[in-house]
Amino acid sequence: MSSDPAGIGNADLLNLLAQGLGSGAIKVVDLTHTLSPDFPVIVLPPEFGQCQPFRMEEVSRYDHRGPGWYWNNISMSEHAGTHFDAPAHWISGRNVPNGTVDNVAPEALIGPAVVLDFSKESQADADFVMTRAHIEAWETRHGPIPPRAWVLMRTDWSKLVGTPAYVGMTADGAHSPGPDAGAIEFLIQERDITGFGTETVGTDSGQGSHLSPPYPAHYILHGHGKFGLQCLANLDQLPATGAVIIAPPLKIRQGSGSPLRVLALVP
Amino acid sequence: MTTPLQPPPKKDPQIPTRPPQLPPIPRSRAALAMSAAAAKGQFALQTCRDCGAVCYPPRDGCPKCLSTRLRFQPVAAGGELIAETTVQASTDLYFRERLPWRVGTVTLDCGPSVMAHVHADLTTPSRVTMAMKLDKGGNAVLFALPEKVTDHMEDDPQYRELNASPKHRRVLVTDGRSGVGQAVVQALLDAGAATVFVGIADPWKPFAGAADLGGDPRIEVMTLDVTDTTSVKELAGEIGGKTDILVNTADHVRPGGILSRSDIVTSRDEFEVNVFGLQRLAQAFGPLMRARGADGANSAVAFVDILPIHALSNWHAFGAHSASAAARHSVLQCLRGEMRAGGVRVLSVFTGPVDDDWRQTVEPPKLAPTAIAKAVVAALQGGIEDYYVGDIAKDVLEKWLDNPKVLEREQQA
Repeated sequence: MSSDPAGIGNADLLNLLAQGLGSGAIKVVDLTHTLSPDFPVIVLPPEFGQCQPFRMEEVSRYDHRGPGWYWNNISMSEHAGTHFDAPAHWISGRNVPNGTVDNVAPEALIGPAVVLDFSKESQADADFVMTRAHIEAWETRHGPIPPRAWVLMRTDWSKLVGTPAYVGMTADGAHSPGPDAGAIEFLIQERDITGFGTETVGTDSGQGSHLSPPYPAHYILHGHGKFGLQCLANLDQLPATGAVIIAPPLKIRQGSGSPLRVLALVP
Repeated sequence: MTTPLQPPPKKDPQIPTRPPQLPPIPRSRAALAMSAAAAKGQFALQTCRDCGAVCYPPRDGCPKCLSTRLRFQPVAAGGELIAETTVQASTDLYFRERLPWRVGTVTLDCGPSVMAHVHADLTTPSRVTMAMKLDKGGNAVLFALPEKVTDHMEDDPQYRELNASPKHRRVLVTDGRSGVGQAVVQALLDAGAATVFVGIADPWKPFAGAADLGGDPRIEVMTLDVTDTTSVKELAGEIGGKTDILVNTADHVRPGGILSRSDIVTSRDEFEVNVFGLQRLAQAFGPLMRARGADGANSAVAFVDILPIHALSNWHAFGAHSASAAARHSVLQCLRGEMRAGGVRVLSVFTGPVDDDWRQTVEPPKLAPTAIAKAVVAALQGGIEDYYVGDIAKDVLEKWLDNPKVLEREQQA
């Protein structure tokens, strides 16, 4: 039995966690939006294949179709609602080993999270682009981002769900905040993150197709085997550092992503 | 002139809604052919191919020469009203709710003398123009109309039983995002609709023409996505009890056939809107409309669908879309029978290619949205079950009636 320098055994560690959860000392925050038919999905030019929003057809509800039970058939894109992007989602990640959701190492799906709060900047500018400089400035206040962390970009965009501003669609495309290539390269190459999460419909900004490379978060994250989380909620309930998130996607064979329930453990 | 129909008063919540009754239904197979003509808005009677006699009522042999070679074909619609009476009492459940009822005898210019329903503006004797109309049971009846249009002629209560006029009625247009949807909204308002509810999917996505929908107080924009069962049910919960006419303008169209696509994703989108969307609308609104088929001057009267003529025969350039149209046509046929119990008409407005973004590469003639809107109103005002709008639709129909297999090959070109 191994133990850490403080002399706490592994079983004790897990017991402590359970005790913390039981006593409420460790809070569980749900970072997931309710999966519903009216939740927006990403908008692509209509000549491309489209992202199917969540749909639900009732099979029976204690009635002639099934007297004792209630259940539904559901259908959706792998990228509908609060969802996980696997490396294979993007062309840059097509050759990444174990790049589909069924093959993602489970250890990667639970890990520390840091929350980069750019809600003020995003409120001031729907097209706010987070750069390396923004992240470095954040680190001077909160310390360096630890390795293998999930980096969550807080914009308070989740509070716009149900309003046109959430996607911010106008004739020149969507308008919502996101990172540029430099920010993502920094997080990967110098901070070795596990994944990057946002409150918006994608890990990229609404105008991300006009950046270089287009959709830099998707392109660079997945090209390096990193994961994406999007349509997150309640990031304002997380501390800047110290939370742990649990984000396992469905185990879909050769799946490129999956809707999921994302939970955060908060001290 | 006819006394203009006044906007109906608000419903008295203490009076039970009049249950729909239908006029007598049974018809011989020969008589159903007359209903088939009326369904297309034709005035057609059996004509003997041997002696040329025009026959009425429909039968299996010529009353003049005993030939069995009788065929329905369009005949002159003129005639003279020579006698009339007003029925004051009836044991028939449908008519006794609607008395008094005017009937008369008309000598048709093409030969036969017929019993007909008679418009209130006619005096006896007088020249008349005959119309062959579908009654609420879906059968052809003859209606004598003034030769010249009189003021508010369409407001005659007997005439209103035979059409589905939008005047003073509340209409749901299911998709207001498209040019066709918006043109239909305007045409219905121009035809006197009291309210037009306009369904908009994904209201967070801007669309051309949105501002115009905000301009008229008779327009109410509602969230509606026909691919989302919850959305359709919620809207029916909100306005289903006062939807007198439903016009389904939703159509998901993309070019391409079966092998020119490599998946069923787009076809599925097409079926979700064009077929299952139609079914969702029918299942959510149909029972409510069917229950209100006799609910006064603004009773529920019609469920209208706008669909491509290539429902009849596949057009390869839009082959997958045609497949969804064929399914849609079949759904409408089923629905027509199911809605009949409430006297609610199911109208199919068949169109050729619409002049829109998705058919930019299609050669003219193409249909302007306003032409389709005009057709929707004409189908409602005429109570016409199968309305063919534009040259392509009429041409395809004609070729299909002539030889479906030849048409199939022609449309593969």
